[in-house]
Amino acid sequence: MKRIYLDNSATTPVDKRVLEAMKPFFSEMYGNASSLHKFGQEAKKNMEESREKIAEIINAKREEIVFTSGGTESDNLAIEGICFANKEKNHIITSNIEHHAVLHTCRWMEKQGFEVTYLPVDKYGLINPATLESEIKDNTGLVSIMFANNEIGTIEPIVEIGKICREKGVCFHTDAVQAFGKIPIDVNKYNIDLLSMSAHKVYGPKGVGALFVRNDINIEPIIHGGGHENEIRSGTENIAGIVGFGKAAEIAKKEMKKEAAREIKLRDKLIKGVLKIENSHLNGHPVKRLPNNTNFWFEFIEGESLVVWLDSKGIAASTGSACSSKSLEPSHVLLAIRLKHEQAHGSLRMTLGKENTKKDINYVLEVLPEIIEKLRKISPYKGKWK
Amino acid sequence: MKYEIYSKEVMKHFLHPKSMGKIKNPSGIGNAGNLICGDMMQLFIKVKEDKKTEKRIISDIKFQTFGCVVAIANSSMVTTMVKGKTIEQALKITKDDVLKKLGKVPPVKIHCSVLAIDALDEAIYDYLKKKNLPIPEKLRETHERIQNGLGELEHRHREYFNLEKEVYQKK
Repeated sequence: MKRIYLDNSATTPVDKRVLEAMKPFFSEMYGNASSLHKFGQEAKKNMEESREKIAEIINAKREEIVFTSGGTESDNLAIEGICFANKEKNHIITSNIEHHAVLHTCRWMEKQGFEVTYLPVDKYGLINPATLESEIKDNTGLVSIMFANNEIGTIEPIVEIGKICREKGVCFHTDAVQAFGKIPIDVNKYNIDLLSMSAHKVYGPKGVGALFVRNDINIEPIIHGGGHENEIRSGTENIAGIVGFGKAAEIAKKEMKKEAAREIKLRDKLIKGVLKIENSHLNGHPVKRLPNNTNFWFEFIEGESLVVWLDSKGIAASTGSACSSKSLEPSHVLLAIRLKHEQAHGSLRMTLGKENTKKDINYVLEVLPEIIEKLRKISPYKGKWK
Repeated sequence: MKYEIYSKEVMKHFLHPKSMGKIKNPSGIGNAGNLICGDMMQLFIKVKEDKKTEKRIISDIKFQTFGCVVAIANSSMVTTMVKGKTIEQALKITKDDVLKKLGKVPPVKIHCSVLAIDALDEAIYDYLKKKNLPIPEKLRETHERIQNGLGELEHRHREYFNLEKEVYQKK
C-alpha cells in the first residue's frame, strides 16, 4: 500500500546527507569536545562548525548558539533562565496558543511566584501587537511569543512584537521550532533576544536542539554540571546530533527558498481541494501561514476516527480532537481561535515535507472525501448539529 | 502486537462497522453522550414479541455514532451482542462484557464503552415506557443518571483520567 507522510510538523525523516555527515561521529570521531587531546579537539572543531551553520541561518553570532536536547528544553531554558536571572522582573507575557513546552513552563513559573499574562488571539490565531504593548508593565521581564504556530501554521507579527519589546527594554523570546529552516529568520532585524530551535523538524536527528541567546542577555542555567556551552547548559555535547543539526541547517539555508515555494504550491492545492468537500473549513490564516501547514475542521465527524481511517489508507496525519489526547481536552489552539468543542473534535492537520509530491496530494484528495462521507454516514448528525 | 493502540477486533469493527444506520419505525431509540466530550451515540431497536413464550426479542438494532475509533467500534460490537437477545438478556450486558470482546482499549477510552451500553439501556427504557411496561428499578436509575447528563459525564471522565494515571504509574 502507498504510504504518504503528512505529519512533518510532528517530525521529519533524517535527510540522507545529514545521516552521512553524522555517521563518523559514533565510532570514529567519538571524542568528548571538552578533552584536550586530538579526539576531543576533532569533536570540538566539528561542533563549532555546526554552531556556525546554525548561527548563519538566523543571522546570529556563533557564540550566541547554545546546544540543548531539543525544542522543549530550549523553551524551558529560555523562560526559566531569564526569569531566575532577574527575579525582580517577575511578570511574563505569552499567548494562549503557545506549544505546551512554553505554556506549561509558564504555568510552572506561576507556581514559583511569577505573574503570567496569556494573550488571546484572533480567529486566525494572530496576536495583536497593540494588546501586547498595553500589557507590558514595569516589572515585565520576558515576552515569549511563538514565531509560527505548530497546529494551525499561523505566522505571528514577530517584527512588530520585537520592535515593541526592544523599545520597552523587555527581553523577547520566540519559540521558532516550526518556523526555523522553513521561512527566513533574522534575529537582529526582528529584535529577537532568545530563539528556540529543534533539529528533527528540519530533517535532522531527534534529541538535539538549540537556543539562541543574544550576547548581552543574562541567563541562568537550568541544568548544572561541568559548565559546558558557555556555562549555560552543562552536559557532554551530543556531537553526532549536533553535526547532524548543523548539516540540516546548512541544507535548509540553501534549499529554503525553492522548497518553500514548492510547498506553498502543494499546500494551496491541498487547501483548495479539501475545501471542495461540503461543510469543511480551514483553520488558521489563509496567507500568513507556514509553507507546509494545512489544518481543517469537518462538520459532523470526529478527528481521531478520521486520522485512523486515513492511516488505514496509508496517509499519516494528526488531529486536535479531544479523543486523541490523553486529557480528553481538545486542542487549546483550536479553542483559542474560537472553535467550539465539537468543531475542534472534527479537526485534521496535514503538514507537508520535502518528500511530498503533487501525486501525494492528488491521492489525498481522492481518498479523503470518501472517508469523510463514510464517517458522516455513521454520524447521527446529518447536515445539522441537532 | 504488544504496544499497538487498538486491538485487531477494535479495528475490524471500526473500519467495517456492523448494523450502522437507522431503523424505520423503531420500537425504541436511545441517545447517550454529548458533543463536549466528543462522543454522541444513537441506538435504534426493533422489538418483536413472541406471543407463545411472551418473550420480547430485539430482532434488529442499528446505531449512529459521532465519535472516536473506540466509540464506533463499541457501538458496532454492542449491536452484534444484542441482536436476537431478549430484553432481559440485553439488559444484563455490561461494559466489561463489551470490552472483553473488543480486546485491549486504552484506559482513557473505557468511558466510550459505557456510552454504548448507556445508549442501549436508553433504547430499552424508551421501548418499555412507550409500551407502558414495568421498568426495572436499575434501568430507571441508569436512565436518570444519563439524563443528568453533562455533570455526570465530566465526573466520569475525571475518574477514567485518574485511572489512566494510576495505570501508567504502576508500570
